[in-house]
Amino acid sequence: MSGHARKRTGNVLSEGLGSFYDLIISFTDIPFGVIQRIVGVRGMPYIFVLPNLLIFGIFILFPMLLNFVYAFTGGSAFLPAERPWVGTANFDRLLACENYLEPRTCEEDLFWRSIYNTFSYVVFQVALMVLFSLITALILNRNIKARGFFRSVYFYPVLLSPIVVSLIWKWILQENGLVNGILINLGFDKFPFLVNAQSAQVLVIMISIWAFMGFYMLILLAGLQAIPADLYEAASIDGANPWDSFSKITMPLLMPTMVVVLVLSLIRAVQVFDIVFAFTGGGPGTATLYIVQYIYNYGFSSPNKQFGLAAAASLLMAGVLIVLTIIQLAVRREEN
Amino acid sequence: MSTILETLRLTKGHKKLDFTDIISYVYLCLGLIILFGPIVWLVLSSFKTSGEIAKFPPRLLPYRQETVVVEGYDKPLPLYIITSEDGSTQTLAQVRRVGLEAQMIDPANPDEIIKVNIKQRQPVEYVYFGPENYIEGIESFDFGLYLWNSVVVTITATLLTLLVNSMAAFALSKYKFPGRDAIFVIMISTLMVPLSVVLVPVYLVITTVGWNNNLLGIIIPAAATPTGVFLLRQYMLTIPNELIDAARIDGASEWRIYAQVIVPLAKPALAVLTIFSVMWRWNDFLWPLIVLSRSEFFTLQVGLSSFQGELNVQWNLILAMTVLTLLPITLVFGFLQRYVTTGIATTGMK
Repeated sequence: MSGHARKRTGNVLSEGLGSFYDLIISFTDIPFGVIQRIVGVRGMPYIFVLPNLLIFGIFILFPMLLNFVYAFTGGSAFLPAERPWVGTANFDRLLACENYLEPRTCEEDLFWRSIYNTFSYVVFQVALMVLFSLITALILNRNIKARGFFRSVYFYPVLLSPIVVSLIWKWILQENGLVNGILINLGFDKFPFLVNAQSAQVLVIMISIWAFMGFYMLILLAGLQAIPADLYEAASIDGANPWDSFSKITMPLLMPTMVVVLVLSLIRAVQVFDIVFAFTGGGPGTATLYIVQYIYNYGFSSPNKQFGLAAAASLLMAGVLIVLTIIQLAVRREEN
Repeated sequence: MSTILETLRLTKGHKKLDFTDIISYVYLCLGLIILFGPIVWLVLSSFKTSGEIAKFPPRLLPYRQETVVVEGYDKPLPLYIITSEDGSTQTLAQVRRVGLEAQMIDPANPDEIIKVNIKQRQPVEYVYFGPENYIEGIESFDFGLYLWNSVVVTITATLLTLLVNSMAAFALSKYKFPGRDAIFVIMISTLMVPLSVVLVPVYLVITTVGWNNNLLGIIIPAAATPTGVFLLRQYMLTIPNELIDAARIDGASEWRIYAQVIVPLAKPALAVLTIFSVMWRWNDFLWPLIVLSRSEFFTLQVGLSSFQGELNVQWNLILAMTVLTLLPITLVFGFLQRYVTTGIATTGMK
């Protein structure tokens, strides 16, 4: 098809869609006209906000409030009305510990194990993620040939679903996979990547960085491109070397974006679930059991479901997330 | 090589390719291998036969063995190159293998059976990208059904999201009414609580409504995204109020103002939300996993996850199905890339 013909088809298509849209508007205008006559112009905003508010209220807000009911009631019943009030017993059980640094001494040892796992995951994952996305953004911000190509390719893994990410890496890291093939060719032995606890923990971090880095790189790149070029020109006229312009111009001006990236990646890291669930399932043993999976296990997959414990754990986690978000909002406000 | 360096040199303002440029390109190319290599490997592997896939160490490209049709044999016979002890080679077709010995025939002279030690034979192969895994995968995995479910969920949920979010955003940005700020603050404050921490009560609500094992259970709840409302509201705030006043003077109803003044002007923001929504719905895993337990309602992601949990993992088929699930999102990205990247860069959302 020639470019001209394609353009014409495009025009016909968009015109067709346009008149279809107009037709829908004309039809829907009739009932909305009736509604407007009943509620008046002042009532219309409530009508506009209503569908969204209904769905939001029933499926987001109400469950959040219901979570409190679950957290303060016990038993294994699913319906809130059938659950006896137990006060803070669920929280007490989660927090009962002889020595908080030693999960084995806690009543809910898996809860504490998952907290420590999540903590070490968050620290390493966020630090490495910010580091690599910053380096990549700085390099892509240079006068690089094929910058658009590199940017798209680096971003591509962000589009993949957690299931696909974990499938790809399982395939590469399996016993007879690509990485072990390379190891054998280089004269090393095969390594059981997903059976070894330490390597599973390291790999979960690496794979999540692989999957998300492009996203933060893009935000940082936008931050870098917002720095006016004449600042650098002025600095170089004044005889500044590259390190000076980096530490005196780039870093201070990029700081607000860095903080946004840091907090966003922190919030995401605390909530890590689906990639790990599909990749290691929390194993081997409890090596990659993180907090959301602990909640999921108690709520959905364990044979004796303990909704109260799951809800209490989720409230504790929500508390941490809210603190992180408030920090982010405060920083954004300062930025503006 | 020197021409490559020549081209690279042209990229910088100054003439010489300096040390930092070389480091930059080395880093970028390493990153390219690490970030994109796994995907290339996935695609290459998805064309391999199950026998090829079990081979260790793995080979880069998918190969098939050359076969030949010989008179007197029903099936095509696989071809091998036989190296004799004196070093001479000949190409023979294998009839059958008995222990360490293979019975071969010369395709040109099919009556005489030649016995060969299996160590002397080497398969004749050629690189082959065939659709077999894809066809078999689609047939044996209910792929069509899962694909249909995923497409239905993605399209209807995205349309619904666009409609209810833009209506709400219009009300929240262009009207003053009692309760407006409260509604906005409550919506925004739930942005910080992830779905994953309210799994149990959400499941209760879905069960009460009766949407277990119903696609409505994943379409409707996710439609009222606070993120979407926030994104659209911020954009609509920049649309001048004079346009609305003028339309009102012309006698337009509030609905027409929304549909024919605001929506067309908010197209860039709606495009960004469309892309996000398609990405969210297509890749969504946790919510469908909870709501759907019967396999006839599985989406692609839940289906893929359950295939790989099966005991006899047929990697060649799973890899082919994985590549198929990547295609739509890759196409969307390919065509709307600019919206995606600028959308994320300006909103900081995924």
